[in-house]
Amino acid sequence: MASAVGRGAGAGPLLLGVRHHGPGSARAVRAALEEVRPRVVLIEGPPEADTLVPLAADEEMRPPVALLAHAVDEPGRSAFWPLAEFSPEWVAVRWALEHDVPARFIDLPATHTLAWGRQQDEAEVVGERPLDAEADADTAEAEAAGDTATDPAAGDTGPVPTPRSAPDPTPDSAPDPDDVRIDPLGVLARTAGYDDPERWWEDVVEHRGAGKGDALAPFTVLEEAMAALRETYGSGGHDRDLVREAYMRLQVRAAQREFEDGVAVVCGAWHVPALRQKTTVAADRALLKGLAKVKTDMTWVPWTHRRLSRASGYGAGIESPGWYGHLFSAPDRPVERWMTKVAGLLRAEDRIVSSAHVIEAVRLAETLAAMRGRPLPGLSETTDAVRAVMCEGSDVPLALVRDRLVVGDVLGEVPSTAPAVPLQRDLARLQRRLRLKPEALERELELDLRKETDAARSGLLHRLRLLGIAWGEPAASRGSTGTFRETWRLRWEPELSVRVAEAGVWGTTVLSAATAKAEADAVAARGLADVTALAERCLLAELPEALPTVMRILADRAALDADVGHLAQALPALVRSLRYGDVRGTDTGALGEVAAGLAERVFVGLPPACAALDADAAEEMRRHVDAVHGAVGLLGDAPAAAQGRLRTRWQSVLRVLCARDTVPGVIRGRAVRLLLDDGELTQEEAARLMGLVLSPGTPPADAAAWIEGFVGGGSGGGMLLVHDERLLGLVDAWLTGVPAEAFTDVLPLLRRTFSAYEPGVRRTLGELVRRGPAAGGGAAPAGSGIPGFAAELDQERADAVLPVVRLLLGLDEVAETAGEDLAGVTG
Amino acid sequence: MTVSVESTSVEAGEAESTHTLRPHAEDAFAGELAALAAQDDRPRPARWKLSPWAVATYLLGGTLPDGTVITPKYVGPRRIVEVAVTTLATDRALLLLGVPGTAKTWVSEHLAAAVSGDSTLLVQGTAGTPEEAIRYGWNYARLLAHGPSRDALVPSPVMRAMADGMTARVEELTRIPADVQDTLITILSEKTLPIPELGQEVQAVRGFNLIATANDRDRGVNDLSSALRRRFNTVVLPLPESPEAEVDIVSRRVDQIGRSLDLPAAPDGLDEIRRVVTVFRELRDGVTGDGRTKLKSPSGTLSTAEAISVVTNGLALAAHFGDGVLRPSDVAAGILGAVVRDPAADRVIWQEYLETVVRERDGWKDFYRACREVSV
Repeated sequence: MASAVGRGAGAGPLLLGVRHHGPGSARAVRAALEEVRPRVVLIEGPPEADTLVPLAADEEMRPPVALLAHAVDEPGRSAFWPLAEFSPEWVAVRWALEHDVPARFIDLPATHTLAWGRQQDEAEVVGERPLDAEADADTAEAEAAGDTATDPAAGDTGPVPTPRSAPDPTPDSAPDPDDVRIDPLGVLARTAGYDDPERWWEDVVEHRGAGKGDALAPFTVLEEAMAALRETYGSGGHDRDLVREAYMRLQVRAAQREFEDGVAVVCGAWHVPALRQKTTVAADRALLKGLAKVKTDMTWVPWTHRRLSRASGYGAGIESPGWYGHLFSAPDRPVERWMTKVAGLLRAEDRIVSSAHVIEAVRLAETLAAMRGRPLPGLSETTDAVRAVMCEGSDVPLALVRDRLVVGDVLGEVPSTAPAVPLQRDLARLQRRLRLKPEALERELELDLRKETDAARSGLLHRLRLLGIAWGEPAASRGSTGTFRETWRLRWEPELSVRVAEAGVWGTTVLSAATAKAEADAVAARGLADVTALAERCLLAELPEALPTVMRILADRAALDADVGHLAQALPALVRSLRYGDVRGTDTGALGEVAAGLAERVFVGLPPACAALDADAAEEMRRHVDAVHGAVGLLGDAPAAAQGRLRTRWQSVLRVLCARDTVPGVIRGRAVRLLLDDGELTQEEAARLMGLVLSPGTPPADAAAWIEGFVGGGSGGGMLLVHDERLLGLVDAWLTGVPAEAFTDVLPLLRRTFSAYEPGVRRTLGELVRRGPAAGGGAAPAGSGIPGFAAELDQERADAVLPVVRLLLGLDEVAETAGEDLAGVTG
Repeated sequence: MTVSVESTSVEAGEAESTHTLRPHAEDAFAGELAALAAQDDRPRPARWKLSPWAVATYLLGGTLPDGTVITPKYVGPRRIVEVAVTTLATDRALLLLGVPGTAKTWVSEHLAAAVSGDSTLLVQGTAGTPEEAIRYGWNYARLLAHGPSRDALVPSPVMRAMADGMTARVEELTRIPADVQDTLITILSEKTLPIPELGQEVQAVRGFNLIATANDRDRGVNDLSSALRRRFNTVVLPLPESPEAEVDIVSRRVDQIGRSLDLPAAPDGLDEIRRVVTVFRELRDGVTGDGRTKLKSPSGTLSTAEAISVVTNGLALAAHFGDGVLRPSDVAAGILGAVVRDPAADRVIWQEYLETVVRERDGWKDFYRACREVSV
């Protein structure tokens, strides 16, 4: 131990091996720096960021933040170095700034690491992906998110960058399953008899009380352990580490020349033995020869605790950023303070948690730790205690604790003076390519989606809207209502630049950012309708990568939503999306499946939901029935085999509705009408049902509602009555039979029904009624065919039109048969 | 020498237990307890027979340094047992929650046996459990003859446990009427039991604790008042984690029950059992086995115990009215009965499940048809 201090002050540089994002390491680093007071602090990180170091002292800078490196001409190729308040690197940077000591990053420059990514695009899983799957997602969701963990940028910028997102892949990085790398922490933990490396590290390093004895002792011990590991495993499969370590050694040597003894290095513990190693400058130079380069740019971007967590797909992530943050910031009694925090959160959520609960939870956690042989209660003990004492054994409130505290909602901030984010660059590039200039003056833009450029422009505007950058507002198209036309009102306000900077959190390109935002929005969406609307917007914005997530959440919400009304509302939007997708040539297979599933759920739930409704609810439900009918009609047109059955199933649901007495009249009437229009119900059957409803046994109000449903509104029911005088006769007979006292009750309903008709229809109806029922009997012959028409064609009257038709078509010499066909159609 | 003395006493205990239909845990596993006690050098809380660590080992199983094998009494997450034992060590009362068939009583009996060496201080909770069962009653003959005195008092198991520093057990706490439940509050918070008739009180001796079991998903239970709830640390015993484990439990239990009912063994029943377990698990968890589709959960508990009874019923149907082979139609009605507890809401849930999940599944056509038949 004494030798460590000697080394620090004497011979070599002071090497502080740490675990990234380890609060214990962070505290130890601060203590060590305080004690040794080096004249320069070298930190593992991209040297391009050296100029950005002073920004860390800016008042507006709040961790967690990340250093972002991206290729200048390819913003989608990027790498992140996240730093939390409790990251040893951050602590080192802050210490250096506070003590006016230069801080330098000494890792291999990002210009090389990003170029590596270009060389091998297939190799490893990307450490960090810009999208941020919610950490509170359940396991199934998390797995699904993992499956789709390909970088969204891959969609249009080609190969995915592969540099690790952490300053290095050292101790904390979980080994990728298909990776031969060793996990140094895992080996050490197994040697110590722990099955969980995370826990071993917590016990040995993080939970050691700070300030006990020698500030450098922990580093010496860790270095010895790592040295033993490196002896056994060499580079442990981390081949690139050799190159990086060679670079770091060179940098350390350079610093030593400049500052002699006062050099402190903060790097991953894994690298310490390698930096200690005596190699020749020439050998190190040789390793670095011929490395590929790309032009890179660096900046600070805000980060979140959620994205530090492993659940969000960040390779070097930690399970519990919030917990670590707490351990780092709590001055003393971390368990007591933690329990108090948990109690506060649960109280805010209206759970009854008293101080006695807190006391008992602390006691339980400490006893558990003693029983498990741990020096201090760790996260697992406190979680067990919170579950047993404060949550009554339930995992539901516990999930809240995990989400809000263990992971945490902390959002970092970056001063506005930080260099531009790559998203801005990408947007500028797209604006140039699509010849869409940001102008403060408002102007209208007509887009024809059949043209490639226009489609791309529309996609860009829709994506920006998703990101909250309201540059273009969709406006109603003039003239054409075709689905291939869009009108936008463009106007670039200065504050939109701020919005762009903010949206930089979501990704480095417009596409990846919009995808990530859409996915996050889907997870956060409250209602089913919100998710369907989002699905529609995803299609408009051409975000196929976001669709699987949105669809999954849509399917989940649909499955759990017990309100048929919500389902019925969601269905038409979904079907509309399907059709839009067709127009734009997007693959909508998944969408079709979800829509069919949604329809099934509506079918099952609709009949029970129609019972016992009051007038307003019934009217609303009737609109739902109409909407579903339209949607099913469109869905039924789709080719998939399962969708062919939907129409049949829907018709059987309608039959159930029209036969059930508990269903309000307006819905029953509408069901009969829909079946009649589809030709599923014969004219006779419809008349029988109508007669049944209009018979004296039914309360007049019910009957009037039925009529409203059957022929009311804009459904063209007037024409039906005009042409089928038997139905008109039924209505007429019923109306004249309504008792005087009931008449005033049904009058408003009837007025609403009939006043919606066009004047012509109303007049004809009036005349028919005045003419009396005698003519009606004659107009309804006992044949089949179109309602209101004779079974056979009246040849003579049909022939009479022929000359006019010939004249119109300019086909005087066309054969007689053609004319007959036409007559059949127009007649 | 000591070893031989101990072993004879163990043998005597085991010999005695052979006469009873079901020996107490402390008798049935006396050998294991003695072996654990002999080698347990960790600190023990007052009046505990074993250290908390040894109690956990007793429940979870393991091998002692001298090679004695401790059989696992509870198969499930280690965390649960650790929290339960630690709770008892912190003198907080322990509440074991869970749906029927999750081994609540089993765990509580073994905990009491390992901690106090006596699992018999038991109050069985029912809707008719009186206050006397938890506090004390009177020997009325003595009371009338000699007036109120400690001799005329009939102590409850809880009172005895307090006096002797033992572990008391309350089974089915939520079945006990709320006013009777609340008599526990003073016992658990003040650790005393006043006897106002005598102007005396019984103060709990160190080592006293209480394990209650309760079932919070059933209808018709008396929820604990928050005052009482606060006195307990709650541990929820989960349902079997993997489908395989559950199928295993169900088929083993069905086999045992079937033999005691003299039902003929069904040759191909395993497929149907697997199906029943799958349906129960999926509806219970609200997500299909492949994790693809979310489902609504019905109001019933759909516990393993219910799956067992559905399969047993099906077996009886198949044996007496069918061809002896367990078929989808034999279990369909039972499943419907278990799932649809609330005729309106649950029926919709069940139908949705049938139409969106069962219909599309390979090899489930017969089952779908059978369910449609009984559902309509």
